Amino acid sequence: MTPDEEREFLRRRKARNWVVAITLLFFVVLFYAITIVRIGDPG
Amino acid sequence: MASTAPQTTAMLPTEWRDFFTLTKPRVMTLVIFTAICGVLAAPGSIHPVLGFTAILAIAMGAGGSAALNMWWEADIDAGMKRTMNRPLPGGRMRPEDARDFGVFLSAVSVGLMGVAIGWLAAALLFGAVIYYAVIYTMWLKPRTPQNIVIGGGAGAFPPLIGWVAVTGEITAMPILLFAIIFFWTPPHFWALALFVKSDYAKVGIPMLPVVAGEKVTRRQIMIYTLLLAPIAIAPWYIGGTSWIYGSVAVVLSALFVVLALPVFTRTRSDVDAMLPEKALFRYSIVYLFVLFAALVADRVAAYQGWIA
Repeated sequence: MTPDEEREFLRRRKARNWVVAITLLFFVVLFYAITIVRIGDPG
Repeated sequence: MASTAPQTTAMLPTEWRDFFTLTKPRVMTLVIFTAICGVLAAPGSIHPVLGFTAILAIAMGAGGSAALNMWWEADIDAGMKRTMNRPLPGGRMRPEDARDFGVFLSAVSVGLMGVAIGWLAAALLFGAVIYYAVIYTMWLKPRTPQNIVIGGGAGAFPPLIGWVAVTGEITAMPILLFAIIFFWTPPHFWALALFVKSDYAKVGIPMLPVVAGEKVTRRQIMIYTLLLAPIAIAPWYIGGTSWIYGSVAVVLSALFVVLALPVFTRTRSDVDAMLPEKALFRYSIVYLFVLFAALVADRVAAYQGWIA
């Protein structure tokens, strides 16, 4: 792998990791909200 | 089929944007719009968090099945100018990654719908994914010139699922919403197919204008337009909506027929700008958006007590 390729490799990996992290965080918040709503749900 | 797709040239990780592209974001805007309409128009109420979750699950299911569609059709996409630069034919992604992404996204969407909303809506979502990815993409699309009619069924699921997410039961109204998109799709797509030169013939997908000719296509456009009109008006007729939706549906459907007539009766000349076909295609998009918006407006007006 040339230095340029390695830089690109790291950039892509980092970008993907960020997207996965944000997605997971989003779902943590969403499931928390769903749980709170459903606990309060009389049905 | 997917195994014949070009292997990725680089060992670089795929850009996350390419995964996003697999979900067909432009198709998804219509999916999200009609799903929101289904949720808003359904009787009863749903907590905003749950309403959002239902629409998210529908969008994820659509994205997952779109990814499976692109995985399966990678070799077909490689042969058409419009699609040859998609992530798979472009060689920017391994086919297995696209397949796994599609399966994962679909599975999570169904699970999310089941856990957060209910298992009837989840079962319908599962059915929609199987319908699009397996029945349409893998089985019928390459086999019948009526493939657009069948594909329209896939696009018709979102408002149905959105509605059922709120009510928890399947009644006449959500089935009518399904039927509206089902009968709307053929005239919409075939109008486009008449004026856009596509390479479907080259890759062996039997599109109606190519297989059966323009005359048959024009007649089919007229038939489906005439079938669509009573179905679009039916929600008002059966008492599911008020005159607000009813009058909009009547006017819109009449205009649809008026615009379809010249497309039906015409034959292409040597130098032809295909203006009636283009007009019909553009109008068909307006038709669906306004019709569903009218449905929501109608229901909002009813809940607010503005109409009887």
